[in-house]
Amino acid sequence: MDLAFSDDDLAFRDEVRVFVKDNLPADIAESVRQGRAIDKPDIQRWQRILFDQGWAAPGWPVEYGGTGWDATKRYIFDEAMSEFDTPETVPFGLLMVGPLIYTFGTDAQKERFLPKILNGEEWWCQGYSEPGAGSDLASLQTKAVLDGDHYVVNGTKTWNSSAHIADWTFTLVRTSSEGKQQEGISFLLIDMKTPGIDPNPIVSIDGGHHFNMTYYTDVQVPVENRIGEENKGWTYAKYLLGHERQSISEVGLSKQRLRRLKSIAGEERSDGESLMDDKSFAKKVAEAEVLLTSHEYLNLRFLAEEAAGRPIGAEVSLLKIRGTEIRQQLTELTIEALGYYAAPFELEQLTDGWNEPSIGPEYAAAQMPQYLFSRAATIYGGSNEIQRNIIAKMVLGL
Amino acid sequence: MDIQFRDGDLAFQAEVRQFIGENLPADLRDKVQHGLHLDKEDYVFWQRKLNERGWFAPHWPVELGGVEWRPTQHYIFQNELVEGYCPPVMPFGVRMVAPVIFTYGSAEQKQRFLPGILDSTAWWCQGYSEPGSGSDLASLQTKAVREGDHYIVNGTKTWTTLAQFSDWIFCLVRTSNQGKPQEGISFLLIDMKSPGIEVTPIITIDGSHEVNSVFFTDVRVPVENLIGEENDGWTYAKFLLLFERSNSLTGGLKQQLHRLRTIADQERANGAALSADPGFAAQLADYEVQLRTYEFLELRTLGNPNPGAEASYLKIIGTDLQQLASELTLRAVAHYGNPYIRDALVHGYNQPAVGPDYAAPAAPQYFNYRKTAIYAGSNEIQRNILSKAVLGM
Amino acid sequence: MDFSLSEEQQLLKDSVQRFVRDEYVLESRRKLVASDTGYSEDNWAKMAELGWLAMPLPEEFGGIGGGAVETMVLMEEFGRGLVVEPYMSSIVIGGGFLVAGGSKEQKTELLPKLAAGELKLAFAYAERQSRFDLNDVECKAEKSGDGYSISGHKGVVFHAATADKIVVSARTSGGSRDAAGITLFLIDNNSSGLTRRDYPTVDGLRASELEMDGVAGTVLGKVGGGAALMDEVVGQAIAAICAEAVGCMDVLQETTNEYLKTRVQFGVPLSKFQVLQHRMVDMFMECEQARSMCYMVNLKIADEDPTERAKAVSAAKVQIGNSGRYVGQQSVQLHGGMGMTDELHVGHYFKRLTMIDTMFGNKDHHLKRYADL
Repeated sequence: MDLAFSDDDLAFRDEVRVFVKDNLPADIAESVRQGRAIDKPDIQRWQRILFDQGWAAPGWPVEYGGTGWDATKRYIFDEAMSEFDTPETVPFGLLMVGPLIYTFGTDAQKERFLPKILNGEEWWCQGYSEPGAGSDLASLQTKAVLDGDHYVVNGTKTWNSSAHIADWTFTLVRTSSEGKQQEGISFLLIDMKTPGIDPNPIVSIDGGHHFNMTYYTDVQVPVENRIGEENKGWTYAKYLLGHERQSISEVGLSKQRLRRLKSIAGEERSDGESLMDDKSFAKKVAEAEVLLTSHEYLNLRFLAEEAAGRPIGAEVSLLKIRGTEIRQQLTELTIEALGYYAAPFELEQLTDGWNEPSIGPEYAAAQMPQYLFSRAATIYGGSNEIQRNIIAKMVLGL
Repeated sequence: MDIQFRDGDLAFQAEVRQFIGENLPADLRDKVQHGLHLDKEDYVFWQRKLNERGWFAPHWPVELGGVEWRPTQHYIFQNELVEGYCPPVMPFGVRMVAPVIFTYGSAEQKQRFLPGILDSTAWWCQGYSEPGSGSDLASLQTKAVREGDHYIVNGTKTWTTLAQFSDWIFCLVRTSNQGKPQEGISFLLIDMKSPGIEVTPIITIDGSHEVNSVFFTDVRVPVENLIGEENDGWTYAKFLLLFERSNSLTGGLKQQLHRLRTIADQERANGAALSADPGFAAQLADYEVQLRTYEFLELRTLGNPNPGAEASYLKIIGTDLQQLASELTLRAVAHYGNPYIRDALVHGYNQPAVGPDYAAPAAPQYFNYRKTAIYAGSNEIQRNILSKAVLGM
Repeated sequence: MDFSLSEEQQLLKDSVQRFVRDEYVLESRRKLVASDTGYSEDNWAKMAELGWLAMPLPEEFGGIGGGAVETMVLMEEFGRGLVVEPYMSSIVIGGGFLVAGGSKEQKTELLPKLAAGELKLAFAYAERQSRFDLNDVECKAEKSGDGYSISGHKGVVFHAATADKIVVSARTSGGSRDAAGITLFLIDNNSSGLTRRDYPTVDGLRASELEMDGVAGTVLGKVGGGAALMDEVVGQAIAAICAEAVGCMDVLQETTNEYLKTRVQFGVPLSKFQVLQHRMVDMFMECEQARSMCYMVNLKIADEDPTERAKAVSAAKVQIGNSGRYVGQQSVQLHGGMGMTDELHVGHYFKRLTMIDTMFGNKDHHLKRYADL
């Protein structure tokens, strides 16, 4: 057991810090600080900067453009990034379909897709859930019928984040109705420009357009866009969900949020003092911080396990449960800190080019939408109830 | 809508207070107030005092010794007893088996058993749970086989509260394996002196001997001790559970809060009283708010002739609060929750207290109160009942 | 002791239920929220016609003379419908101030108009530094001729844009956090020196920031008597908003229960999963506890003992805050993705419950107040 960083690690941390400080565009940092939505071009701009440095995908193997860092370095990197107002990594390409393609894809698929994921040129979205298949994902009904060298896809996918701005989608489709439900599912990569694909916005309770309902009508998908074998899609999906759960543990992001919470509470007044001097509020912030610390160490333990060549099993669900709960706790405390200024709701304030004075303090406007949207965190990626089912069955053997 | 007590209620309240003042000896009050162990004699003494006044079984039918009170009066009565630090009434006879006897029993049974319950000459205990039948009570296996004019009973009952003091036990026994498990159960009254009954103590985590295992080996029970019909015992058991759960807890909770406040005023933190520490004060206030909520929840259900669902959620919320108060008390005494001197919990212990004199019962009570969410149908079972009965899930 | 409604109260309840059922399907509410004023003048006129605006006002000034229980009945049903008309701002609070502190002339002039729907009021109390302390007031009022001249900033003033007059708390003496020296004033919404910035709130209401620079105000109540007056009337408002919250929670509890019974996953309705059943039971118990405290505070709000009254108010607000949070969050969670959509009503109730906790002090504030009482 050893928590100390080597000299080499410390030098690396300085290197990352200096790099981010010198290269993170000020306008992007400001938007992150204000909690505004970061749009696609800005995220692409930042990813390009990281890409040019060779740091776009710390977790990928070196041969596909990864860094080859060990677990400690990856941790240091995430930690250093979170010290600055860097935008959140959009997971769909880099953290989800990318690892899937280099693990299960053909050489042609790797060559075709990975470079553009790395440099941020192509934007991906996920096509899993359907109106009738939520927690019970394996009951999905979107059909793909092989017709010559194409699949013809028909059906409806829902809760597709960013589908309206994505170039590609990775999708689970039903290719067989034989046997168990899980045994008739295949994994397809679909070009969003293919005729017959129609994404429709779903406005969420924060007033934003993150989600879509996407209709597929006779969509032609070349056979070579299938990942692995036909009817083996469930295996790949499970592999990927494991990755997703790890990525939504979001320690760095929660640290950013905690920092913002403290700075907001430091500005807000209560009983003539700073709200951070209010004992009951400070206690709640401290509780959240303790929870975040224990969550961080859970992450580190898992990272170390992986680094030692012992892959993490279903325990990874723990990270998803705690990570999302902490996120909700922090966003909730933040709106609590705002007092009455949690109420004003003018989404225009969050768009670029808004140049009127803010209603109340300038940091207020973004917080309520973030709180509201954070309620989705315990639902998506396999709801926390489903994660607990997984732990009960796979870890505890119940 | 109104929450005023009527004039009659206030006069009644004064009457109850006066009765307690005149009849509860100071040392007994002291024991209760400080959470010390009570002997059988303590319970019996107080129950007889109540009986002399005609108030031991107020919820019974008047002709059998009950009182014709409005729901509000029952409520006032129960809470005054608790707030006056009276010893609790042992429910097994007067609140549990007695209503079964006067509702489903024969004329002979009423005549034979009710007077002993009223004057506390017969102490009862409850034989429901078995080692293999806890939450799933209907799966019970203690067998009663009819042989002439007797049942022969074999099996094991467990968690039997104060069986070591008991003269009688009311038992659920299996008389048939036909049909659903619920349909083969009968309700027997068994004399604890019958040959073949063996009581062994179960010591609980707080170190006390409250519950027991009761073993039955070829115990002969006269057929006339069967309540109602053979194989209809489940009906009577359910009826009884309702009574068990519908006990008002508000008074007891207020008493716990009062004790907690007294302790928090005397404990020191950061050079001031613990009750002035903003963190602890907020927790106390939070508890008090929850208690108020519980009180109003209980008041709203007063006089409801069919207290099914309410009884379940009052049990859940009330026992949660009992546990919370005992936890806060343990936290309040801090280091002095550690010493454990069994004799210090007995009245008349005359060594100086280790630390403050109120500290000794804090930890035992906290540990002991973990039982409340488990007994009388665990709080998980209560939620099952509510989801089915109220929410139709 | 009695927790049942009288025959008149039951009739009132029935008639509000009909109104909410007929006028307040989610689609019509959505239109109201998006409209210029944020609510319907027709609905307001209807509320006047049905006598609801007159309900809590005294009979001698055109009112009906109802008490807290009548207001509770109304507000609970308004909560069920997520009604956006400014009943709370105008009638419960504005009317409450006139009744409790208005001069004979003010009452004679304003209360009949209020009851008839011809006058609307709002209440400006929050300031940037004040958080939930009503007595943390930096707005200043200085004597000027016959009246007063008020300057300063007030924030998140609900329904200010559509109010004719606004009740404003301002300091006539004392330090910025003293209870003594606060006076309430009535100002006209079209006063010179008043700048208003109007905006929507997250729960579908409207509010404004007020910038006052020498706005003319007439005293409401006694000079320096503002703190006591606010304590009384805000207490009544809290009792009323607890009822609104109870209405919101009941709808969420009912619809979530229904959803779990109809949504099929893994081949069975979600209601067959014990973990969801127990969650639902916990939501149900929160609703029942909230309702108990709502009755408690509305029955005690007229108590003569101010400490007893204040304790009742704070205790209820704490319980409502806790219950509303749990029921709101879990309703979204149990509806899954659907709970996250703007399309479904669940999210709207959740947002209203979230903001009700903030209104007049959140659970932490009231817990502290309760502990200090």
